[in-house]
Amino acid sequence: MAEKPKVAFYWCGSCGGCEEAVVDLAEDLLTVAEAVDIVLWPVAMDFKKKDVEALPDGAIVASFINGTVRLSEHEEWVKLLRKKSQLVFAFGSCAHLGGIPGLANLSNRQEIFQWYYHEGPTVHNPSGAVPTPDFKANGHAFELPEFWDTARALDQVIEVDYYIPGCPPPPHIVKDAVMKLLQGNLPPKGSVLAGDRALCHECPLNETKPEKLLIKDVKRPHEVVPKPDECLLAQGLLCLGPVTRGGCGALCINAHMPCTGCFGPMDHIQDFGAKGLGALASILDYTEEDDLDRILEKIPDPVGTFYKYSLPASLIRRKNMGGKSS
Amino acid sequence: MSAYEPKIVGIFCNWCAYTAADLAGISRMKYAPNVRIVRVMCSGRFDPQMVFWAFKHGADGVLIAGCHPGDCHYQEGNYKALRRFKLLQKLLDQLGIERERVRLEWISASEGEKVKQVIDEMTETLRRLGPLRIQETPQAPEAVGTAGGGHHG
Repeated sequence: MAEKPKVAFYWCGSCGGCEEAVVDLAEDLLTVAEAVDIVLWPVAMDFKKKDVEALPDGAIVASFINGTVRLSEHEEWVKLLRKKSQLVFAFGSCAHLGGIPGLANLSNRQEIFQWYYHEGPTVHNPSGAVPTPDFKANGHAFELPEFWDTARALDQVIEVDYYIPGCPPPPHIVKDAVMKLLQGNLPPKGSVLAGDRALCHECPLNETKPEKLLIKDVKRPHEVVPKPDECLLAQGLLCLGPVTRGGCGALCINAHMPCTGCFGPMDHIQDFGAKGLGALASILDYTEEDDLDRILEKIPDPVGTFYKYSLPASLIRRKNMGGKSS
Repeated sequence: MSAYEPKIVGIFCNWCAYTAADLAGISRMKYAPNVRIVRVMCSGRFDPQMVFWAFKHGADGVLIAGCHPGDCHYQEGNYKALRRFKLLQKLLDQLGIERERVRLEWISASEGEKVKQVIDEMTETLRRLGPLRIQETPQAPEAVGTAGGGHHG
């Protein structure tokens, strides 16, 4: 019997939702597990770094890597997996675009440590201890990963062959990617494994989207119970459907929540947040600056609204903290 | 620092602002040579992506100029520019980029003098602010070596 293709799963800075997404394959997971030889999956199986290091280069057919690259440990691992793998799949929004943890790029290491180890209201740290890469305790030397100023998308660290979008990727998207891999009919390298049309095209409410969309008020999801049969944008909810890659099956819309953009931009868009901001700002139905100032108060966090999943992959990647550019 | 000359990308609408810039040229007005004007058909063509693209590629400021309110050749393009501009300003605050680096002006075809005045003013403002440095290399302050490539952008 021919040897089964080796695959690896790895997580960087992530919440674990992408691991859930693999388990969400349900019965299909058994088919996949049958067809492949899993050589690494930290959440579920006990393999060590040395096991991966012992493999010949290119021995892994595909590595599925989720999470944002935030620590030196993440970088070491993904570089190792790149060396050992024929194909690397960025799995989920964090690996694809930097993800929600990428919003930490509005800050830097110093600010983050200051809050989490000193200033936060629930912090009790009388000795003022902060994580350091090397420390000794009871005569033993310990090593911790380095924490970086900036979170990165996977392709800002290693070459990535394919992207599986979503936060987390829905089961049909994961299954489709795995089947394409096993059947050897993957699209050109660099592809995002979903459609390349806006979510609006597959939205069940698309029919109700007015020909000319203009809104007088912006509503936040907690403020309204949306009508189930009218375009959410027309109802004043900031839905990023017009700029977001479709393919998810309009999961959030079906749950009466606006799209927040986890599938990221379509191929022709360079900067998701800037595009989304441009698209949605233009439908605010006011022409006077005072009126606009007033309605824009309803968008208190533009970065969190438009770059919820993609700040590290945006054109400028992070907040300008002054001084330390390199 | 004294050698620093700001670079401004101008996004000028065909019908008003660009025509005004032409007028300024024909009238031999002298104004700061720091602006590189891109002609677009309408200020409504302005997309915040253009601003970040310009910043990433070395611009210190972006000047968007279109027809006065009510005068847009396409009825409402300049209002769309205004709405994007207003929201973009809030975004710039969060990203640590000074608001003055992006400026929106209404300049009619006859206002060659205003082209001169706005460009001179903005150049002076940017001189004061200094160069915009986009922080590219994401590393710990003391970490050595450089980050990997990156296919984005």
